Amino acid sequence: MSYATSKLAEEKVFKDPVHRYIHVRDQVIWDLVNSREFQRLRRIKQLGTSYLVFHGAEHSRFNHSLGVYEIVRRISDDIFHGRPEWDEDERLVVLCAALLHDLGHGPFSHSFEKVFNVDHEVFTREILLGDTEVNRILLKVAPDFPQKVADVIAKTYTNKQVVSLISSQIDADRMDYLQRDAYYTGVSYGHFDMERILRVMRPMEDQVVIKSSGMHAVEDYIMSRYQMYWQVYFHPVARSAEVILRKILQRAKELSESGYKFEQPPTHFKAFFNRSFTLKDYLALDEGVLMTYFQLWMTERDPILSDLSDRFVNRRLFQYVDFDPGKDYRKLGELGQLFREAGIDPEYYLIDDSTSDLPYDFYRPGEEEERLPIHLLMPTGDIKELSRLSQIVDAISGKRRTDYKLYFPAELLIDGKKKAIKNQILGMLREGGV
Amino acid sequence: MLQEHAKIVDFISMAEGVTGRKKLQKMIFILKKMGLPFQEKYEFHIYGPYSEELTARIEELCDMGFLSEQLEDKGSYMQYKYTVTKEGMDFRNMLGETKVADQAQAAKLNEKSGRFLELTATLLFFDDLERAEQIEKLHIVKGKLNFTEEEIQQAFDFIDELQS
Repeated sequence: MSYATSKLAEEKVFKDPVHRYIHVRDQVIWDLVNSREFQRLRRIKQLGTSYLVFHGAEHSRFNHSLGVYEIVRRISDDIFHGRPEWDEDERLVVLCAALLHDLGHGPFSHSFEKVFNVDHEVFTREILLGDTEVNRILLKVAPDFPQKVADVIAKTYTNKQVVSLISSQIDADRMDYLQRDAYYTGVSYGHFDMERILRVMRPMEDQVVIKSSGMHAVEDYIMSRYQMYWQVYFHPVARSAEVILRKILQRAKELSESGYKFEQPPTHFKAFFNRSFTLKDYLALDEGVLMTYFQLWMTERDPILSDLSDRFVNRRLFQYVDFDPGKDYRKLGELGQLFREAGIDPEYYLIDDSTSDLPYDFYRPGEEEERLPIHLLMPTGDIKELSRLSQIVDAISGKRRTDYKLYFPAELLIDGKKKAIKNQILGMLREGGV
Repeated sequence: MLQEHAKIVDFISMAEGVTGRKKLQKMIFILKKMGLPFQEKYEFHIYGPYSEELTARIEELCDMGFLSEQLEDKGSYMQYKYTVTKEGMDFRNMLGETKVADQAQAAKLNEKSGRFLELTATLLFFDDLERAEQIEKLHIVKGKLNFTEEEIQQAFDFIDELQS
């Protein structure tokens, strides 16, 4: 028996609150789970700063990655198995891609990537193809196997059915994170009938389609996704924590570039400050490391770095108001000037932030859209795009919702110092919409 | 955050308008690959490198009134044309240092077709590979477009020209 087909003597199971059990029979999968790069995902939270709002949201990317693997395993082994339009030879590559799709995520990915201009997908690729334990395991399957897994995750793999299972508008990644994030945050949104969706999924030509009898389960999934984005992922208080986190990293970088002598040398960040980092530097980071630095920086001499670190560690977050940049961008400039006059650096204490979501979209010929639609398989064998049949989905198709906020430290504006200017600032902020 | 919006406004004004969403996507990707400081994150999609963040930013700029979006009938298909409004120019000027591309660079990209920019962007997406591997990959992901050897060579020459 080759390594690719080698099975464990006994099936291993992980107890899981979303899928009840996660089943592993393949030696390759078991070895990947035990690799140091995959174990690192235990130390990176799935929802970043959301735990500061939803205290249960401490789950990691390790849990989620196993969950995505389990969904794809069920599709491959139970739903698609034996169907003529599914290529059984793709089983191992799709399982590995499902398990490893988030491998390159770093600590507080969103903020870290913005400040240091890096991309976790590039790191995923480097881990799969570079000198790592994961790469050595994948190489044992076949010399071109690491590249195949990397291609699936990068969406450049030849078999589009395989790609759509991991990444499309209805994929295993989303099906796991919606349910998992709902479970750990404790919200009542995010639940949908995944069992029903799985049962009606079919491989067809170069895509995965849904039998039309499952349309209502898909509607429920799309509405769950919509609710989760606005109630959890874009929560304004979690965004406040995210803004502060980004500003801590930005400040530390700026101080380093200006030659500031840190009381506690930021050893783990140096390669990122001067853009000489390697994969090894990246893998040495996790959220424990970052939180340790934030604790240490609370006593740094630099007042901005120490204040921002203290805010993050002790959850003294910024307040926010709604903001309409189309109308108010000039006022933003005036506010920045007033902040400076009040002795508060607007670069770190007056921050605009936007977030938006498009719940579902479909391809309109000639309009150069980039989202593959969800197709329903009709009893006649024809396929129809979801929003043509579902009024609920049609109502939200192609409709992007955007939210703009302006974040600021409210208590610094009522500390009694430079009262006149600060009152003027507060007046502008209270006017509504800045 | 608004600095990133302003960079897009600045680029479209330098290009004196851009026709085609796909074209705009590829232009920004190519410039990003040339080292220009655009922050939008790209992934591989139907037409090659694509940024959901850029799509969102363009829609936001249209909603804010800083970009004008007009649908043009091209006979067998429709295309969106983006131009900067007067308010958009004021916005860009107010934010100060947002200049990322020069007029010549923007014009050079704008005179190319969407198909050519799709080819160039796709080759650049695989720029960590050897040239032969890049071409092999192009044929795998873009097989239906049947790019000729001549077109591929022109795309490589264009990349060299942009890099020089």
